[in-house]
Amino acid sequence: MNDRSPCLRVRHLCTSFRTDRGPVTAVDDITFDVYPGETLGIVGESGCGKTVTSKSIMRLLPDHITRYSGEADFRGTNLLTADESKMRRVRGDSIAMIFQEPMTSLNPVFTVGWQLDEALKYHTSLNKRQRRERSVEMLRLVDIPNPEKRIREYPHQLSGGMRQRVMIAIALCCEPEILIADEPTTALDVTIQAQILDLMNGLKSKLNTAIILITHDLGVIAQTADRVMVMYAGRVIESASVHDIFHRPQHPYTKALLDSIPKAGGTEKQGDRLPAIRGMVPSLFELPKGCRFQERCDYAEQRCIDLEPELVTGDDGRQVRCHFPLDANAKLTVGATS
Amino acid sequence: MAFIEIRNLVKHFPKRGGVLNRVVGKVHAVNGVSFDINQGETLGIVGESGCGKSTLGKTMIRLLDPTEGTIRFDGHDIADLGPAAMMPYRRRMQIIFQDPYSSLNPRLTVRALLKEELSFHKIVPPAELEPTILKLIETVGLRPDSADKFPHEFSGGQRQRIGIARALAVKPELIIADEPVSALDVSIQAQVLNLLKDLKEQFGLTVMFVSHDLKVIEHFCDRILVMYLGYVVEEIDADRVHEKAKHPYTIALLGANPIDDPDDRRPLVVLKGDVPSPYNPPPGCPFQTRCPKVEDRCRREMPPLEGDGHRVACWVVNEPADAVAAGAE
Repeated sequence: MNDRSPCLRVRHLCTSFRTDRGPVTAVDDITFDVYPGETLGIVGESGCGKTVTSKSIMRLLPDHITRYSGEADFRGTNLLTADESKMRRVRGDSIAMIFQEPMTSLNPVFTVGWQLDEALKYHTSLNKRQRRERSVEMLRLVDIPNPEKRIREYPHQLSGGMRQRVMIAIALCCEPEILIADEPTTALDVTIQAQILDLMNGLKSKLNTAIILITHDLGVIAQTADRVMVMYAGRVIESASVHDIFHRPQHPYTKALLDSIPKAGGTEKQGDRLPAIRGMVPSLFELPKGCRFQERCDYAEQRCIDLEPELVTGDDGRQVRCHFPLDANAKLTVGATS
Repeated sequence: MAFIEIRNLVKHFPKRGGVLNRVVGKVHAVNGVSFDINQGETLGIVGESGCGKSTLGKTMIRLLDPTEGTIRFDGHDIADLGPAAMMPYRRRMQIIFQDPYSSLNPRLTVRALLKEELSFHKIVPPAELEPTILKLIETVGLRPDSADKFPHEFSGGQRQRIGIARALAVKPELIIADEPVSALDVSIQAQVLNLLKDLKEQFGLTVMFVSHDLKVIEHFCDRILVMYLGYVVEEIDADRVHEKAKHPYTIALLGANPIDDPDDRRPLVVLKGDVPSPYNPPPGCPFQTRCPKVEDRCRREMPPLEGDGHRVACWVVNEPADAVAAGAE
């Protein structure tokens, strides 16, 4: 994997907002690479900065209150400082994004066909007839029955799953190198979610697209991601291959998060309590001095309170931000606070 | 006799349309559902959006009026009771909603919110109001200073705890939990589930847990009803659902749930076809448009929910085609 060159290199990305209560840093020193044909999963709870990370790369945050620092290198251009006309050529063309709410991200007053055509008009040199053919072809690719008829329909005439498939069709119509999917299935039913994930996996192998998949659902990550980055309160706390994250987590938070999901057909008995993580995520305005997870961690010691750990990269390329990473080989029971 | 007996419960909503906004049809939200809940049991209702699971919960406790059918609560049929006659039962059945923000009055502090309820149902004499409120707040794991705060000052998980305190205040016997953890993060979800579980033990509550998440239902409940388009298609013990589920829809739901293990990647079960509209459901089995095992008779007639303990509504599973053919010979 490492012999290929990454298509997106993010280095020390910090995004802060000016708010009524003073500046707040939502994403703090994030570094990662994205490789073609690979799915990078970003996991974390609400407010951990996963969406801000993706929107920073696309520069979709309100300019007047947002400050970026660091670098997001895409084909030699730093996306964080590129001018707006350059960004317009990148957005939807080389880097496309799908959002959680397919209803609010489609324009309700235009037909599906019009919205597909708009993307093609801006980013390709196809003529009108070719664009129409391509639109129909894209809808067929995402398994929409009757694409010739559907293309003349409005978003409200489609079901939730179909709207999300239209969003994917629009995102993919210019064959982007990178697809950012921000909670693409959270608003959908599981049987529809299965259709969308199946579709995204198929497209990744067919078009060699790199996917950044943002979700809070660990099941979705387990089934689709190749590498996983776990975020907590604006920081990356662990980054590793999907196998290592699920079977040999090193950060107590990752382990506790995995333990707190009810297991399907699992070994636990009914009536058992779930090993929950106590407390809640600290406010970004009142971050503790040391490790951001200290208050909820079962292993916290004085050092965790005094000093925030660095993100350490191991020999195998794994990264973890913890003074006392869990022994990867030992069986541990973490987070079982009852 | 079971604590709660639902027989042939039907709820239709009128569908209006045209220039005069006349009733042009009806939406079949719940279609003749029958089941029992025993005292102290936790029954899970699982299904996708629009299957009627929330409508069923709300109709059961008469937040909605049933179109047909009987609701026996502790031996009394409450399906047709008027508002005054219903009042003593209201206290005994409470509901916890999905969105704890929109279900709490934003202008009332937690104290006022709980006080209103306690005094309306005359649960405790006025002198004991304050200690009871503080006790409740403590029971659901909130800090005592929460009493003077407004709902917007809390996080989602804490708000859900207030919702639970509100439901518990009147000492109910039955709790309908309508997607109580769906809006919460995984780590908070586990906290709230644990809290619900503890309170259920502590107060001997009977719980009906409505959710779209089969994993949560499996963890929390004793028995599961699987709903599809207003029908119960399968009723099964929670600990057997993985091995013994028979209905093609239940099997599809199980298969569509992503497994939390990257080494166990299997193609997710992808159902073809779309859910029929509840406004104009096709004759026969509601799942026919997406069912991998569909046969001719599925398109003609709705299969009955059959079985002892483990009930399934499916022609193909209950009487396989070759058995029918053998019987005909």
